[in-house]
Amino acid sequence: MFAVFKRDLVSYFTTPIGYVFMAIFLAINGGLFSLMTLQAGSQSSITGYFSMVTIILAIVIPVLTMKSFSEEKKQKTEQLLLTSPVSIGKIVAGKFLSIYTIFSGTFIFGTLFNFTVYHEFADSLYLWVVEDAKRAGAITKWDVFSHYALSIIGPTIAVLLIGAAFVAIGIFISSLTENQIVSLVGSIAILLCFMFIASFNNLIPFAPVRELLEWLSVYSRYANFLYGIFDPAAIVYYASICFVFLFLTVRVYEKRRWA
Amino acid sequence: MMHYVQDLFIIKCYTVRVKICQPIMGDKLMIKIQNLTKSFGRNIVLNNVSFEIGKGEIVGFLGPNGAGKSTTMNILTGFLSFTEGKIEIDGLDMFNFPNEAKKSIGYLPETPPLYPEMTVTEYLNFVYKLKGCKFDKKKHIEEILEVVKLTDVKDRVIGHLSKGYRQRIGIGQALIGNPKVIILDEPTVGLDPRQVVEIRNLIRTLGLTHTVILSTHILQEVQAVCDRVIVINRGKIVADKRTEDLASAVEGNRRLAVKICGPEKEVTQALRSLPGVYSAECLGNLDADSYSFVIESDSAIDIRKPMFALLARNGWPLIGAEASNVNLEDVFLSLINNTSASNAKKKRGSKKRNAN
Repeated sequence: MFAVFKRDLVSYFTTPIGYVFMAIFLAINGGLFSLMTLQAGSQSSITGYFSMVTIILAIVIPVLTMKSFSEEKKQKTEQLLLTSPVSIGKIVAGKFLSIYTIFSGTFIFGTLFNFTVYHEFADSLYLWVVEDAKRAGAITKWDVFSHYALSIIGPTIAVLLIGAAFVAIGIFISSLTENQIVSLVGSIAILLCFMFIASFNNLIPFAPVRELLEWLSVYSRYANFLYGIFDPAAIVYYASICFVFLFLTVRVYEKRRWA
Repeated sequence: MMHYVQDLFIIKCYTVRVKICQPIMGDKLMIKIQNLTKSFGRNIVLNNVSFEIGKGEIVGFLGPNGAGKSTTMNILTGFLSFTEGKIEIDGLDMFNFPNEAKKSIGYLPETPPLYPEMTVTEYLNFVYKLKGCKFDKKKHIEEILEVVKLTDVKDRVIGHLSKGYRQRIGIGQALIGNPKVIILDEPTVGLDPRQVVEIRNLIRTLGLTHTVILSTHILQEVQAVCDRVIVINRGKIVADKRTEDLASAVEGNRRLAVKICGPEKEVTQALRSLPGVYSAECLGNLDADSYSFVIESDSAIDIRKPMFALLARNGWPLIGAEASNVNLEDVFLSLINNTSASNAKKKRGSKKRNAN
């Protein structure tokens, strides 16, 4: 497993894909953050940024996952992997971890910047409010800090988990085809479906369907985090999606052996 | 000419090898396949195939395209599963202990499984880790680079190397971990003649310490390298013999290719009239003034002297003569034609029965 993990991780940096992903993601991420907070004036809201960032994930994560199994199939290197004394589950896990490392690394890197900038910015924006409140003894410095922390750390954890689920879905799609473009477009389409599955709910007259779509929607569950609520059910949901799709990938390979 | 000399050399090596190997063979069973059947949906690719391969044997796998060679190899290496039957590698059941069984196999698939963005050393290191080997890593990989003659290019990116190098990296990859069984799917495809000879020599040396299975279209290769040949056609084993036995099975006629300057029809007739000649065919005039003929004659009679005398009498200069032995190609074709013919007969028979 570690061998696959390391090879894949390195391959993202010996080919342009890793850099392309990082550049695009950090640029959009930073730009979006700046638009939603620093340049939004009185409309400034970190929640707005976090609600947008998942949509970007649905588009950029497939860039990382598109080649994971498609390329192995095309290059016939999967024969090496599958005839080596490593189980399919471990190969899938290795690939998942390598992609997830790149994604989470990039995201955390970007978030650290955002957090630092936001801290300074929010301080200057609300300085007089905070100072007044402090003087009145209503809040302490710790309260201010924990407010920032909650409004950032909660959604960050949620985004990291949504990312894991998306990576798993992308890997699954990639295992179905040997064409990277099909893998890329297919993954984007399916991830966007997962995001917006409940968006047209008010058009559906049938309540159980609405509830089902609401339940499936990645975005509906994510909303809680944006309001500062840490929702364990959502965490379990994201982890389950991740696990289910990795399991399906293993099944795809098992099935192909038997076909 | 150079080729011929090299082939002779190979044959010499080969006979020496057989002598060395005989006590080893049969010592221990390395691969045991029983009633192996594989079907893709309704399409039966392998039908009740059984064979055993002993330690230190070099076995050639022959068959036309789509015969099931690659499928057999893919099943042996655990890439594909099988519908029915049993596979044991070094006493380990492939179905119940796939990972343990895979450890004793090195596999070179039809297309070498290479990552073009890695360097040769990086790639071999990766395979080393993937297989979970426990040797002195640096030394082991250097040895393999030495064996497949890749030391010069060890730090170059695989994507920039030519087909011959890639094939050798593929073989190197199969050798990592010093597996007991080495399975090579068409190992000499895309190599230049000198490399072909080198790889064949390599395979032979490997055969001294490993069990080697190789599939190929090239019959000379089997003749030059293998102890034993398994011919497979339409998912069934057609023949499973020692290489010499297989060749001698069809030997009987002598074949001679000659070039003669003279009138086509008369020469053909004159050649046919020679005692012991079964057939003489004109292949056309490839040079400006001579015709090429193929003469088949009884193996007991050497027709070269009487033929020369005959031609001299008629004043037709003989400008070239080359003996071509009956080779595996003939054996192969006759075996495959036999089975197709008998299959067709069976089909016809069953149709008749149905009609009745």
